[in-house]
Order: sequence, then structure tokens, then C-alpha cells
Amino acid sequence: MADTQFDILVIGGGPGGYVSAIRAAQLGMKTALVEREHLGGICLNWGCIPTKALLRSAEIFDHMKHAESFGLSAGNIGFDLDKVVQRSRGVAKQLNQGVGHLLKKNKVTVFMAAAKLAGPGKVEIDEKGKKQTLSAKHIILATGARARDLPGLEADGKLVWNYKHALVADTMPKRLLVIGSGAIGIEFASFFNSLGADVTVVEVMDRVLPVEDAEISGLAHKAFEKKGMKIMTGATVKGLKRGAKEVVATIEMGGKSTEQTFDRVISAVGIVGNVEDLGLEGTKVKVDRTHVVIDEWCRTGEPGVYAIGDIAGAPWLAHKASHEGVICIEKIAGLKDVHPLDVKRIPGCTYCQPQVASVGLTEAAAKAAGYELKVGRFPFMGNGKAIALGEPEGLVKTVFDAKTGELLGAHMIGAEVTELIQGYSVAKTLETTEVDLMHTVFPHPTLSEMMHESVLDAYGRAVHF
Amino acid sequence: MAISVLMPALSPTMTEGKLATWLVAEGDKISAGDVIAEIETDKATMEVEAVDEGVLGKIIVAAGTDNVAVNAPIAVILEEGEDAGNVDMDAVAGSGGPAPKAEAKPEPAPAPTAAAPAPAAPAPKPAPAPAAAASGDRVFASPLARRMAEQAGLDLGQIAGSGPNGRIVKHDIEEAIAGGIGKAAPAAVAAAPAPAPSIGSAPSPDVPGLPAFDEIPNTNMRKVIAKRLTESKQFAPHFYLTVDCEIDALLNVRKELNAKLDGEKVSVNDLVIKASAQALKKVPAANASWTDEAIRIFKSVDISVAVAIEGGLITPVIRDAQNKGALDIAREMKDLASRARDGKLMPEEYQGGTFSISNLGMFGIKDFCAVINPPQGAILAIGAGEQRPVVKDGALAVATVMSCTLSVDHRVVDGAVGAEFLAAFKKLIEDPLTMLL
Repeated sequence: MADTQFDILVIGGGPGGYVSAIRAAQLGMKTALVEREHLGGICLNWGCIPTKALLRSAEIFDHMKHAESFGLSAGNIGFDLDKVVQRSRGVAKQLNQGVGHLLKKNKVTVFMAAAKLAGPGKVEIDEKGKKQTLSAKHIILATGARARDLPGLEADGKLVWNYKHALVADTMPKRLLVIGSGAIGIEFASFFNSLGADVTVVEVMDRVLPVEDAEISGLAHKAFEKKGMKIMTGATVKGLKRGAKEVVATIEMGGKSTEQTFDRVISAVGIVGNVEDLGLEGTKVKVDRTHVVIDEWCRTGEPGVYAIGDIAGAPWLAHKASHEGVICIEKIAGLKDVHPLDVKRIPGCTYCQPQVASVGLTEAAAKAAGYELKVGRFPFMGNGKAIALGEPEGLVKTVFDAKTGELLGAHMIGAEVTELIQGYSVAKTLETTEVDLMHTVFPHPTLSEMMHESVLDAYGRAVHF
Repeated sequence: MAISVLMPALSPTMTEGKLATWLVAEGDKISAGDVIAEIETDKATMEVEAVDEGVLGKIIVAAGTDNVAVNAPIAVILEEGEDAGNVDMDAVAGSGGPAPKAEAKPEPAPAPTAAAPAPAAPAPKPAPAPAAAASGDRVFASPLARRMAEQAGLDLGQIAGSGPNGRIVKHDIEEAIAGGIGKAAPAAVAAAPAPAPSIGSAPSPDVPGLPAFDEIPNTNMRKVIAKRLTESKQFAPHFYLTVDCEIDALLNVRKELNAKLDGEKVSVNDLVIKASAQALKKVPAANASWTDEAIRIFKSVDISVAVAIEGGLITPVIRDAQNKGALDIAREMKDLASRARDGKLMPEEYQGGTFSISNLGMFGIKDFCAVINPPQGAILAIGAGEQRPVVKDGALAVATVMSCTLSVDHRVVDGAVGAEFLAAFKKLIEDPLTMLL
């Protein structure tokens, strides 16, 4: 008879859940993880990782198209969508197995089953009809989120896709409508655009990537248009008429309504938390607009029940989920030096072409918070490595509190910025001021030199621009 | 290879402490787990256990030394086969930190207890340097925290860090600014070398003409009490509200409860804690604290209860008191108070708290005004329950009456809110069954 009593039981094996379980095991707690579908969650199987695999194919294809400008010749270039998708699935599968090994290595008991709360300290699991009750001192809800379906825009898997459908695209749409310009929408738009689709992006807010700094949004907008995307901001899709092979979308923009025909539609209008079938009814777990309400230590209203990651609210990022999980577990274990998560220190990355990455307050948010600002900007055009790479477009922007020199935020657009942003994240966590950043030696020739120059520029000292 | 024993950090915020006593002597055999020394922090005394085994080769920091920096070497343990003669102790110690300083540091010379006539013109005593500087300790602070402290004129040596390994971070500076802690000595420092730690000391201890006296060196606890309460009276504008509560019904309920309990007892004070917690839940505006930017209204009622202990007092905290029953409170209080008297409380058991209660009823005090425990916004002082004449329906009657005085920080809580809290409290105390609601 397998064990049924645990110190920690985690429901959900995504980046929040499996990291929590491993951390709990490291701290000597008897830990179980219940996953209903596949280890690694959306991130690894249907999100972050497989999309990066697709986008890598698109990026290489883009380079091939421009081979000549590098003095190379590449005749008769093309692609096979099935093989591109296959590679992406292979990457996900490899990592999915990796998570299984990590859990095993850390002696976490894994149940491949659905789970729901069944009274204080109890969880009922259902393994394809085989039910049993587990007990645990602490239960962590890490069930994540899924694509939101808006009425009339529901994904059907055929003509209207959500991210899951788009990840295993079976046809290459000639005309593609993407609804929503957040990270998910814009990454798919970018992918299909690179492969030659005629892409239209409809965004309800007044700019693309609306959570980013307005200046970065503006540059992204221009870059996407230059690549041939059609961007409609302040616009809404009023309805979709689904035919046999195509969809007619009614799009309203600036008070004018137009009808446009597409082969496929990708709906990326946000996400909803997976709060159903968890047995939350009758408990003190509070759910607000599909998300579980938690305090700074991830505690729900129900003693012994915690929630982390997407189910617990924005920002919906894998690294936020993992970090929250670690904080939650360490607090349960009574570790010293545990601090609540500071949202202003969570970087965000979007892997469109060009890439966008940021951490902390936007210029507008910092102004609204009453700070007097020093803002630095450095364009890719002024950086030797960027020119050598053939990536002369982009910007590194830094926002400082003029009074204390605190780095309030950093915002970047351009090649490889998703790999650069962590430098500013470390700086923010260590509470460096402009002085420390100026004294830091950045290696030449790298794109990271722009991070240095941007700081210098905020104080009127940029050298190369 | 000889091993140096380092000064341990007993709480996340501890940066230094007093090495109170050595329980082993040089040459003693030590096994892992043996208690070798006692260390005094702000309020508690804790034991240091040996992690390694061997022979105590050398004591580097003498018993009674104040301000020993965390991680400074305090002793050297020799492994089997080594002897004190052939091991370079200083080198071993040096590998761990600024040993020579710690070693050379004499015990803080207690002023002579002599009755020698004070000199007519008092010779300036060498002033104690700020804590951190004295022990040659490096203050760990983020660059941002350093700059903010400089801008606000704060002395980092007096600020406790909440970051990793006690590092002072932005948040700590904001707290210090809000709480008025760590103000660097005023500019006049050159003329009168009395830096900030002198807060709480008598203005001029060396006036001529004093009779003979004994001097009791200040323990860390006394210093903390002096510092915090002086801050409180300097920065928190106190005002006071008093109500009389009739407690005959409460005494009856308590009697009935205790008759049903098997040996355990719920005290009047436990019921006062419960009533305060419930009243604060009803009037959350009184469960609050001041910062320069905002008033913090706490979501949980964590009640600090003053417990007199040898050499001072300590305030263990009953957390989430609004959700606890009288018996839970009674049990917890009994445990905390007994460990408080033994000096065994962990720092997290007496730090924090959103509201305080001080009860001097058992000493027959009728009514008193307590000093607010910063950064809290209020403290409730409980007097003795005694029979007093009261007027009921126009006739004289006898009732058991307990006077309760709320000291309030007017920056946080206004008179009306304080009164509202006391009204709620009085109602609960006088009609104790409503505590069940």
C-alpha cells in the first residue's frame, strides 16, 4: 500500500507546483504532487517552451531570408510546418521527462490524477476512476490557468484557435487574425508572420503589448508593421462568422465597423484560473474573478490551504509561480529570511521579433507614483555588437528615482533583450543605485554594453551616442 | 585543523550581541551539541551549542563582552592531536573575521563603584562609539539603503536589517524614517561627544555632590527599553482615555469556566486579551501604526502582553488573537510567560505585535498610564478589580470595578476612535457572553 499521508501535497505539476514540491523535499518534508495531465504544466508542454521552439525556427528562417546581407547565399529556402511543429513537440517531451526525473530524484511521490479538497487536510484523488483519499498538513493549489474564451470568439480548434491549437497548427494560414496583443498573441503573430502569413493583430487597448512601457510599445508597433503585420489598436472583434474554410470577422475601430476574411483566427484574450473541480466550495478559500485570493505568504482563507502561480493571479508568469512556490514552502518550513514576493522585481519577456523585456515600473507608472525621474535611453544603433549582428534596431531604457538613484524600471526592445534583462533584475534585487551600475565593467563587445550606456545616459554621461 | 567558533546570529535581525558567559574553560573537552556559552541579545539569553568536537583551545572573546559582531570568532577548538602550543590561534581566529579587535576589546569597564568625590569639573568620559563601529563590524546595507540613510541623516549602525543575512535594505530605512529610529547624532557632536546611543541615559550623570552609589551596568534589555520608550515619548504624541468596567459578570463567567476545566485556568487577564482582540476587530482603526507615508491598519490582531521579568520586562505576542478562544489564549500566555521568565523566548515570539496590554492589577494599582510600545499605535493599561460604590438606578450599590486606560498615539488614532474602541471593549468585558458572538 502506497503512502497516503504527507507534510506537503501540491496539486498541479507546472513550474509552480513541481518547484514547490522539490523545495519542500529539499527541506525534508514528505511531499506528494498530483498532476492530472502532464508534468511541467502549460509552461513546458503548451506554453513557454514549445513556443520558443517554434519562434527559433521562425528566427532562423528570417535569417535565411536575409542571408545575402551577410554575404551568404541560400537559394530555394522554405519550410515544412509539420516538421517545425514536430521539433517543438520533441523539445516539450524531452523536458517533460526531465521534470519526472527531478521529482523522482528528490523523492517526491507523484500521482497522475485529478485532485480535489475533501475536508480539512484531506484531498481526494481520482486516477482514471480509481479514487483514494490522501491527507496532508499543507495543501498547495498550483493548478494554473487556461485560455479565456470570450462569447462569440470561442476557440473551436478548427478555424478559431487558442494557443494549444496554434502550437500544433496543421495548416499554414495565408490570412491570420490574432485577437489580443499580449505576450501570447504577439508571439504567435510574430511566428506566422515570419513564415509568410498575412497577419492582422487586433488589440482593444490603445497600444500593442499594453503592459509594457508606452515608448517600447510604440517601437514594437512600428517594427511589427515594418515586418508586414497589420496592427489595429483601440479595436474590438465584434463577431466571427465561421464558414467552411474561412472566417469573416467584424472588427470595430474608431467607431467604424469593417468585415474582413481570414483563414484562421487565434484568440489570445487573456486567461482564467483553473479553480473548478477543486472542492473549493464550502471552504474558506476565496475566489475572485477566477483567481484564488491569497496573502503575502500565499495563504488562502482556509487554514492549511495555499495557492501559488497563475491560479493566484497576475502576473501570469512561470518564474513568478516558481518563486511564489519557494516562498510559500519556506514560510511553511519556518525558515528565516523569507520575504514576500515583490512584483516590481519580476522581469517579463516577450519573444516576438524584435524581443521585448522589462522589469519594474514603466516611466508612466513611476511618474504616477510621484517619483521625480531620470530616464536613460540607448539605441541599438550606437552599439558595435548590434551592428555586427545586423540588428541595429532597438532601445534600452532605464528609469531612475532622481532623488535616491534607485533603479525603478528597465525596458528593452531588440535582439536578445530577453537574455539581458536579468542583469537589471539582479541590480534591483540588490538595490543598486546608478553609481554601482556605472562602476560595473560590462564586457566589450556585447549588447549588454547598452545597459551600461543607458544608465550613463540617464545622468547625461552616455559615451557612444 | 583547528576550528574557530564564530559568534552565531540568533535571529534574522541580530548583528551583534553580548557574550554573557562561558560554560566551558580552555582545555575542556567538547562534543558536538554541548552547550558552551550563553549569548544575550536584545531581550533574551540563548545557548550556543558546539557544532564540532575537540578541546577548547582558546577563548578569544571574554565573558561579559558587549557588542560582539555576528560571525566574529569567539573561540578556537582544537581537534584531536593538536595542542594549544603548536597551533597559531590568531591565524585560525583571523580566518574568520576581525579577530584581533574582538580579542583586544576589554570588557566595558564598569565605572568604579567608589564613592570618590566627583571632580569639580567632570572629566569628559570617553563616549561609547556607535555600536557597529565599536566592534569593528562592517555594516551590511544595500547601496540604495546607504544613500537613503545618508539623505535622511540616519546612522546605519543603529538600524536592524531585514534583508538576507541581516542586510539593511530600502524597506528598513523607510521603517526607520517612519519610526524615527537611528537619527544620527546632531551636528553639535564635536562639542559634546555623546552620540545617539546615549538616548535614555541621564542627562548628566556626574553632577557633584551625589551620595555614594552602586552602579549596575545596563543589560542589553535595559538599553533597549530605554531606547524604545524614550523614542516613544519623544515621537508619539500620547493622549489617554480611561473607562471603568464592572467585572462581576466576567468574574462569574471565569469561575464557571474554570470549574469546567480540568486543572487549567483562564485568568482575568486572558479574558482582557480576548476582549481587546475582539474590540480591535470591531474597531480596526485602533489596530494601527504610524509611518510617514501612510497609516498601517493591520489585518490581524497581534497582542503584545507585558510580562515583568528579572531586570526588566518583555512583551511576548499572542498572534491572531481575534481568532483564538480564551483557553487557547490562556495556554499560550502561560507558556510564553514562563519561558519569558526563564529568558528562553525566541526573538520572533516577542517582536512585532500590533497592540499592547499592560496589567498591574495584581499589584493593587488602581489605574495608570502606560507608554506606547512603538511602532504600535496604542497600549491598554489594566488596573486592579476592586469593590467600589457605584450608582445604579439612582441608588448606591457595590460592584467590582476595573479601571482601564488606553494610551494612544494621536498621529494614528484620534480621540473618537480610541473612545469607540474602549466602548466596544467595555461592552465585551461587562457582558462577557457577547465574546462568544
